[in-house]
Amino acid sequence: MLELSLNHRFEEFRIELEFQAKVASITSLFGRSGTGKTSVINMIAGLTTPDSGFVKVGDDVLFDSSKGINVPPEKRRLGYIFQDSRLFPHMDVRGNLLYGSKMVPPNGQEITFERVVDILQIGNLLDRKTSNLSGGERQRIAIGRALLSQPRLLLMDEPLASIDAQLRSEILPFIEELRDTFGLTVLYVSHAIDEVIRLADKMVLLDKGIKEAEGDVEEIMSRLDLHPLTGRFDAGAVLSTRVADYDEDYDLTSLAFSGGVLRVTGVQLQPSTPVRAHIRARDVSLMLARPEGTSILNVFEGQIMEVGDEGGPQLDLKIDIGSPLIARVTRKSFNDLGLGVGKNVFAMIKAVAIDRRSLGGQR
Amino acid sequence: MLSLKVALWSVVITLPLGVLTAWVLARKNFYGHALLNGVVHLPLVLPPVVIGFFLLAMLGRQGPVGSFLHDVFGITVAFTWQGAAIASAIMAFPLMVRAIRLSIENVDTGLEAAARTLGASPFRVFYSITLPLISPGILAGVVLAFARSLGEFGATITFVSNIPGETRTLPLAIFSLVQTPGGEAGALRLVVLSIILALAALLFSEYLARRTKQRIEG
Repeated sequence: MLELSLNHRFEEFRIELEFQAKVASITSLFGRSGTGKTSVINMIAGLTTPDSGFVKVGDDVLFDSSKGINVPPEKRRLGYIFQDSRLFPHMDVRGNLLYGSKMVPPNGQEITFERVVDILQIGNLLDRKTSNLSGGERQRIAIGRALLSQPRLLLMDEPLASIDAQLRSEILPFIEELRDTFGLTVLYVSHAIDEVIRLADKMVLLDKGIKEAEGDVEEIMSRLDLHPLTGRFDAGAVLSTRVADYDEDYDLTSLAFSGGVLRVTGVQLQPSTPVRAHIRARDVSLMLARPEGTSILNVFEGQIMEVGDEGGPQLDLKIDIGSPLIARVTRKSFNDLGLGVGKNVFAMIKAVAIDRRSLGGQR
Repeated sequence: MLSLKVALWSVVITLPLGVLTAWVLARKNFYGHALLNGVVHLPLVLPPVVIGFFLLAMLGRQGPVGSFLHDVFGITVAFTWQGAAIASAIMAFPLMVRAIRLSIENVDTGLEAAARTLGASPFRVFYSITLPLISPGILAGVVLAFARSLGEFGATITFVSNIPGETRTLPLAIFSLVQTPGGEAGALRLVVLSIILALAALLFSEYLARRTKQRIEG
């Protein structure tokens, strides 16, 4: 388990947060660019010394300002995966991978070279120079290099930021696999909400260096007050579902959740696979009566629980359909339909983005 | 050949010190940084004769350091080829430090931080990451220093004089021959020789630099 509490004053802003991350889980540190996420991770790694606070992994104190403990980075045994890979240019791929393992005693090699090469599928790259690798290959090697230093925790600083969208979806499963096969605790820093929804067991929301919220992805995404931080465009509820069944004729998958069944296309997964469905507020429309003759498959009845009014032309409404759902409506519609807290409505969902294929046993 | 021996030794003396000084200047921020930087660069801006005179005052038989060396270890550097090597080393030092410092400043500190998180101590980071990455810069520094040492005149003649077979390096020999009536032909031969030496050094360094670059960048 990782436990920390950090306080640090930079010239521009201040870092002030504390949180815990469970063993063998992915905790995501989420925030906009420039909110101090990298500074936090550097402090955990020991590359920056915070003014005060502590960092603990299990029973090992890595930093404690009150006791004057500050373990140097090379003794912390934390694997750090940087945004820009930072492969050593004067070594080939194999040299990079083995750099950290040379400093581990032979009896401590729990994560073996063969296994890492196998999982990351980098066997054909071993004798290549680092200069002509693609971004995805570089990042996989950086992950392998960190793993082979036998870390007890992985710190990932936007590891997918410099990788195009298609490659991203290739690397995301690797990160889940690190947690599941090696039982590693992962701290995943990101400003991309889709990555967080896909990966995180828990999220910590950071704004200007200060922790604004901490908890389940579903819970944080359904909080209207956090929309300025989680991103207005992508704002929307996240539903925890399981694959119920698959209709081959129509390529339709039914996802069961506490509010009923959500039907989506283009997802071919085994029944009972846990899936997170991200339903953007802008894709949800509301009606006062059950719609007749509509092409939209997903209609849920619910009650408005909360109105998020930031004074603009649009409002976000939280609706209880068995799970929280968020809908974005114009102020005009809001007034014309006489919407408000306690009102019963029917929510129609136009599109569903499935952001998490496997929750790995849903912790 | 005496000149080569002197230049070689001067490089050998300056190299480890040069790397250390360059690293300190490039990476460390401390009180007196500017002062150290100034002292290192002094030989570049002072007349060489001043350096020679200073060396003579310090390291000469009567100088505080020189007399100590002589009395305790029986070593005399003034008016010997060793002295010539020291004089050229001091003159070449700033050039070497500049070249190496530039290349250290070009090394991404992120790579060094990454190595630390992988378990490498600062010392290990230096020799496994920093040193290989700056090797082209070190090479450039060595060549510059070597060339400067070969051509050193002012500080050498002041400190160790112009003794045939002991301290008469190439430039001093050319100077002597030019001063001697009928010595022009001999001087010319030596001039050609120094041109050949300089060119050879440059070509050699070019070759090494290219190889190192290939090794590093693949």
